[in-house]
Amino acid sequence: MSSTAIQIISRSKYYNWLVKNLFSTWVNTILTVIALIFVYQVGSFFLNWAIFDADFRYNFQGELIIDRGFCSKNIVPGEYGACWAIIFARWNQFMYGLYPIEEAWRVNLIYALLPLAIIGILFDKIPFRRYFIYFTFIFPFLAYFMLYGGPGLSVVGTNKWGGLLVTLFLGVTGIGLAFPLSILLALGRRSKMPIIKSLCVVFIEFIRGVPLITLLFTANVMLPLFLPDGVNPDNLLRALVAVTLFQSAYMAEAIRGGLQAIPRGQVEAAQSLGLSYWQTTRKIVLPQALKIAIPPIVNTCIGLFKDTSLVLIIGLFDLLGIGRAALADMTWTKLYYEVYVFISLVFFIFCFGMSRYSLYLEKKLKTDNS
Amino acid sequence: MQTNFFRKIIFDEKSRSLLIQTLVIGLFALFIYLITQQTAYNLEKRGISSGFDFLHISAGYDISIRLIPFTSEDTHLRAYFVGLLNTLMIAVCGCFLATIIGFLVGIIRLSSNWLFRNIAYVYVEFTRNVPVLVQIILYYSILLNLPKIKQAIVIFDNFYLTNRGFFSPSPIFKDGFSIVAWSLVIAIIFSFFLKIFLKKKQEDTGKQYPTFMINSAIIIFTPIIFYYIMGMPLEFDSPVLKGFNFKGGMVIRPEFLGMLFGLSIYTAAFISETVRSGIISVSKGQREASQALGLKSNFIMRLIIIPQALRVIIPPLTSQYLNLTKNSSLGIAIGYADLVHGFGGISLNQTGRAIEIMMMVMLTYLTISLTISFFMNLYNKSVQFKGNA
Repeated sequence: MSSTAIQIISRSKYYNWLVKNLFSTWVNTILTVIALIFVYQVGSFFLNWAIFDADFRYNFQGELIIDRGFCSKNIVPGEYGACWAIIFARWNQFMYGLYPIEEAWRVNLIYALLPLAIIGILFDKIPFRRYFIYFTFIFPFLAYFMLYGGPGLSVVGTNKWGGLLVTLFLGVTGIGLAFPLSILLALGRRSKMPIIKSLCVVFIEFIRGVPLITLLFTANVMLPLFLPDGVNPDNLLRALVAVTLFQSAYMAEAIRGGLQAIPRGQVEAAQSLGLSYWQTTRKIVLPQALKIAIPPIVNTCIGLFKDTSLVLIIGLFDLLGIGRAALADMTWTKLYYEVYVFISLVFFIFCFGMSRYSLYLEKKLKTDNS
Repeated sequence: MQTNFFRKIIFDEKSRSLLIQTLVIGLFALFIYLITQQTAYNLEKRGISSGFDFLHISAGYDISIRLIPFTSEDTHLRAYFVGLLNTLMIAVCGCFLATIIGFLVGIIRLSSNWLFRNIAYVYVEFTRNVPVLVQIILYYSILLNLPKIKQAIVIFDNFYLTNRGFFSPSPIFKDGFSIVAWSLVIAIIFSFFLKIFLKKKQEDTGKQYPTFMINSAIIIFTPIIFYYIMGMPLEFDSPVLKGFNFKGGMVIRPEFLGMLFGLSIYTAAFISETVRSGIISVSKGQREASQALGLKSNFIMRLIIIPQALRVIIPPLTSQYLNLTKNSSLGIAIGYADLVHGFGGISLNQTGRAIEIMMMVMLTYLTISLTISFFMNLYNKSVQFKGNA
């Protein structure tokens, strides 16, 4: 076949696609035109604001922007777009909070190692997966040592942590701690022992029935009242307790869905082979149930990751908290959109990534079963 | 003998489960006992008194957004009800708006127009992957950046959009308006019975009646006729700029609008996904069969697809309503005076009764959640397959 023939076929392919998807009827054509105008208007407005008319580090006169007075839009009103200099100026706070900047390499190291620690859980067909899993179990201790400090490293109190560090810490640790707890809760909810079952049901339904913010308040105000004198967990730890309990209830429901999907025959077969309850659960039921439950579990994780932004209400400086602190500073005040759009973008990248992963898993599980 | 006894306890399923449960409940009781002891001790040491008597002392703070009258002399109990009503108001308005946007976007996502479909897709991905709190704060800051009172954006002469809220005329009901209102209620009840009657007649005779048109006409025109008969007993009080603020009319505050937009735009993204998957779940044969029967396309949607899709849509929709209601507690971040902000925040700080107040707030949310799921379950039962086990 000559190249022109290929071109004609491929062109007609595009032509067919266009007709089918955009111009199939008169109504559709009008809708397409309206949508095109809409996309053009919104897109050009946003791109102009965010990129073409925006300041990054220098304003239109080429000066380094050190406070909001230098922003082009504040010098020539109405001509220029966003002033991203606030993000550059506050970059370290967005990433580490008030973590001493000469120690920031410790946080960077943990950021860099985090993907290595979770890759073994996320994908089952990578080489040396076994070693990645080992690393996953070592990682929490390593992270605690590197972030908090200890022998050989100066101690950095959690009151100095902030920004993405707090967001990721609460998200990852909350999920990690909630996972084993949620398995116990899900098993307990399906237990034949009435007392254990009702305890689990009440716990799960109570947590799912109240907003996270009330749990955070409770942990913040009441945890010190519940505990003896010497024990006084700091704010971050209190938030972590609330976040973990919250996540475990939601995750337990996702896992329960997986448990319910396992045919009774599996359990009966295992029992007739003489396996005990825990052997049946650990070797037969859970591996199958968790596999089914992974997509909904990932969805609860996305929810939790977004919900970590609530800790700003109890006075912690997560990403959003740092953003608001930056806006409260007189040198940068009023640059709301820049800060909130940036924070939205960071959350979007993480959450969108997780939801893509969940979709990928769903597709993979579908082909595995058929 | 003794070993036999222990063997029986450990290896007999019944006695073992009894043993485990006794242990668990014992530990649980011990845990509760220790915590209450410790809390009582801590409270006493810090000189915090407990009890619910604080509910009857005056709150000492003002709430700007309220549905029932409230001044700073009113009690904490009244502050609780003001907050509860505000929570319910934002939850109801939010669910309503979110459902409309969600259904619209869900249907657009299945449109045959590629561009439309993908605009909806971009909307869904961008709104559901950004925390609702960030969105609420973002929309609120946009609302606060609207022009000042003096340079208000004027819509239809009597509506003003400013950074202090949306000002609109407020209705003044004069004598005889209640009759107009009652006529509307009666018209609705009448049209309901008419619908049943016409449906029965259609089933008997096979003749179709334009029920929807007839009923709309009844519902719209009855109150209008009565309105003129009673001598137009309704006037509007328009907001007028006096000094630095508007006098008269009514105002929807930016806090409320920020919450409303944040909650409904965020939740609508999730609702649209459930709507989409609900519609997809209806098998293709249903649509083809109804086309083969010669049904018009809007009848296919209304009579064939939607009723079947609802079976799939209702359960996740319920949990979205629950989420929206719980997320309405984020009003505290922008100063919307809901239950958590007023009663759970300011009252708590003033009285120091953390345990009592948090318990009341949590129980209230639990009650709201259970009520919503109860009614949605009833509705869910009514749309499920009938007579099919």
